[in-house]
Amino acid sequence: MAFFDIFRKKKNETSVQVEQTEEETPQSPVGETSKSFFGKLKEGLSKTSDKFTGGLENIFLGRKTIDEDLLEELEELLITSDMGVQTSMKIIDSVRDEVSRKTLKDPAELKNSLKKKILEIINLDNTLNQVEEKPYMVIVVGVNGTGKTTSIAKLAKMFKDSGLKTVLAAGDTFRAAAVDQLAIWADRAGVPIIRQAEGSDPAAVIYDAVQSAKAKNFDVLIADTAGRLHNKFNLMKELEKIFRVIKKEMPAAPHEVLLVLDATSGQNALSQAKKFHEEVGITGIILTKLDGTAKGGAIIGIVDELKIPVKFIGFGEGMDDLRPFDAESFVEALFRTDINEADKG
Amino acid sequence: MFNTLNEKLTAVFKGMRKQIRISEENIQDALKQVRIALLEADVNFKVVKRFIENVREKALGEAVLKSLTPDQVFIKIVHDELVNVLGGDDPAAKINLNSKPPTIIMMAGLQGAGKTTTSGKLAKFFMKTGKSVLLVAADVYRPAAIDQLEVLGKQIKADVYTDRNTKDVVKIATDALAHAKKTAKDLMIIDTAGRLHIDETLMDELVRTKDAVNPDEILFVADAMTGQDAVTVAKTFNDKLDATGIILTKMDGDARGGAALSIKEVTGKPLKFIAIGEKLEDFEQFYPDRMASRILGMGDIVSLVERAQDAIDPDEADDLASKIQKKGLDFEDMLKQFKMIKRMGSLESIMRLIPGLSAAGPMNVDDKQLKRIEAIIQSMTPHERKNAKVLNSSRKKRIARGSGSSVNDINKLCTQLEQMNKMMKRMKKKLGSGKDLSKMNMKDIFKNM
Repeated sequence: MAFFDIFRKKKNETSVQVEQTEEETPQSPVGETSKSFFGKLKEGLSKTSDKFTGGLENIFLGRKTIDEDLLEELEELLITSDMGVQTSMKIIDSVRDEVSRKTLKDPAELKNSLKKKILEIINLDNTLNQVEEKPYMVIVVGVNGTGKTTSIAKLAKMFKDSGLKTVLAAGDTFRAAAVDQLAIWADRAGVPIIRQAEGSDPAAVIYDAVQSAKAKNFDVLIADTAGRLHNKFNLMKELEKIFRVIKKEMPAAPHEVLLVLDATSGQNALSQAKKFHEEVGITGIILTKLDGTAKGGAIIGIVDELKIPVKFIGFGEGMDDLRPFDAESFVEALFRTDINEADKG
Repeated sequence: MFNTLNEKLTAVFKGMRKQIRISEENIQDALKQVRIALLEADVNFKVVKRFIENVREKALGEAVLKSLTPDQVFIKIVHDELVNVLGGDDPAAKINLNSKPPTIIMMAGLQGAGKTTTSGKLAKFFMKTGKSVLLVAADVYRPAAIDQLEVLGKQIKADVYTDRNTKDVVKIATDALAHAKKTAKDLMIIDTAGRLHIDETLMDELVRTKDAVNPDEILFVADAMTGQDAVTVAKTFNDKLDATGIILTKMDGDARGGAALSIKEVTGKPLKFIAIGEKLEDFEQFYPDRMASRILGMGDIVSLVERAQDAIDPDEADDLASKIQKKGLDFEDMLKQFKMIKRMGSLESIMRLIPGLSAAGPMNVDDKQLKRIEAIIQSMTPHERKNAKVLNSSRKKRIARGSGSSVNDINKLCTQLEQMNKMMKRMKKKLGSGKDLSKMNMKDIFKNM
């Protein structure tokens, strides 16, 4: 099923295969050379994987049996990917079980077993929710500096490229020049933006945007919100108010609540996800900054605990550096052993 | 989440109370718990390993002081070592002001770390001390970053140097320096674009900017929520730029901030400031001891223990405790306890140190209340203080008049005393009659409360 099949009735009209857009030559605003999606993802994750699999290979080197030392070293490796002590221990414990049940004997099989276990955790249905009403409303939330505004621009472009009439709402009225920042991105993506003065009530801005998007018959409305730390009571209440106000105009909206998480962050990401989920109900995660050397392993514990799928990943500053999350290639890239082989793909 | 390390360590050392030294055997599990706590706080894996080794060396053979339990001694060793690594009392954690102004400060870090906001905060920090500051908008990549700095400059009434006609950051920095000299600024703060440490072109741009204006301070700005990768990022930035200090942002979040330890460890550069809120004045100097407690997730039991050690004369406490145990608590004892507690500081400050309580929200303790109770007790005759039972209504009326309170207040106090005695009895039962209450430590008492 196409990823952007967001309207039940319009399935055949609007469906655009993600793979098709991959073959375009993406225009990057900062002028970097763009590659195919998987090439880029692998490249992004390769710095990750180099270390991860490099270590993995070293660990397996010359081992004939799976012993406690090997398992401990593996656990350490998982921890360095920000997977967290608990999740890492959980995964290693289940491997340990298999070893003691003798279903797993060969160290070489261990890698596949690990891969499978992580995949089992993160491989949730990550297609966008489908609705029958318009506009399809997406709201993007998260703590400060995770990349909400940039991700929104990229999302907008994806929707637009799928043939959907898209508009943005500048809901971050708090941070200095955040509205201007989104406006510049909107311009680059070629979509209109609904904005009000800095410092205005974000709930009012987004409410007006919903009304306006309805009146002007937009297919998709994506609302930005100010970055807020999840432990700030007042700011979380403000977010709740935004949701309340949206529901007045569209009871089933927002149709997607996307939480932006920074792949660089450690165990606090879980605390963020929990709190935002508790307050407003997250429907999906956007994992950003995978083009660095951070592994984003924290996501595994989050998905495991909250059962919220990762829907998109961000891996660069270019307009096309956001793609639907693909669990298999994520794990594949994470465990990839041969760098050259990946480059061919 | 709070206090977990304390609880785990207490459990580890349970049944070892009689051992007077920390030994190779009893330390294993304890170190394991510290390791987990540090990893959960996002301290880098390798940094944890080194740290644990140091703690092991320091802890082995450490004598357990009278009145302290091994877990308390151990946690103090861990805490002290952490403070030590985080900077101890290093006076270098200040901004080096150039004797020939302007002092040039360059900010650097990943995207979204908070450089622009922090530039504004840093400017405000100096302006409060009467310094004039020029903010320099050198982030030519992020959309509206220049606008953002201009808005911040307006908010704090600082001049902002911008040049929207060029993307040449080196030119912007050198022109800004000339401008700062011309306008006789004390400081100039260069806000640079966020960049990945592996982006060679952009890292090179920073190096060229550095070479062009020769900053007095290069501050690496890092998000307190950063995970294991903090070491790689910080090391690369420091290798390329030879940073002079570190600023940790988003410290008002609930991240334990283990990245602080990782970054300090791999760069060896001092942590100078922390950013702690949405407002521009939410910015303060870095304190290693507070950070250590935060990383360990332990409230500040260390300060509490230290304060108690300073304030309480152990012999006096022993006498009091054995007396209470034999005869029960009376008003005289209450007064004595209040005095000891008062020596430890305000009630609120004590409560804050108790792990778990600090997370429970704003404190609602009133030191005045203590004073009122003291006044009531002091209005009693010595006999009344020792025998609450004799307090009839005419005595109560007299005491109320004497202390400026109501009979109702005195009734309340009597009830409190009764409850405390009941609690004490329960505790005694729980611990077994053979145990001496005076040998109990603070933590056990809190636990039983």
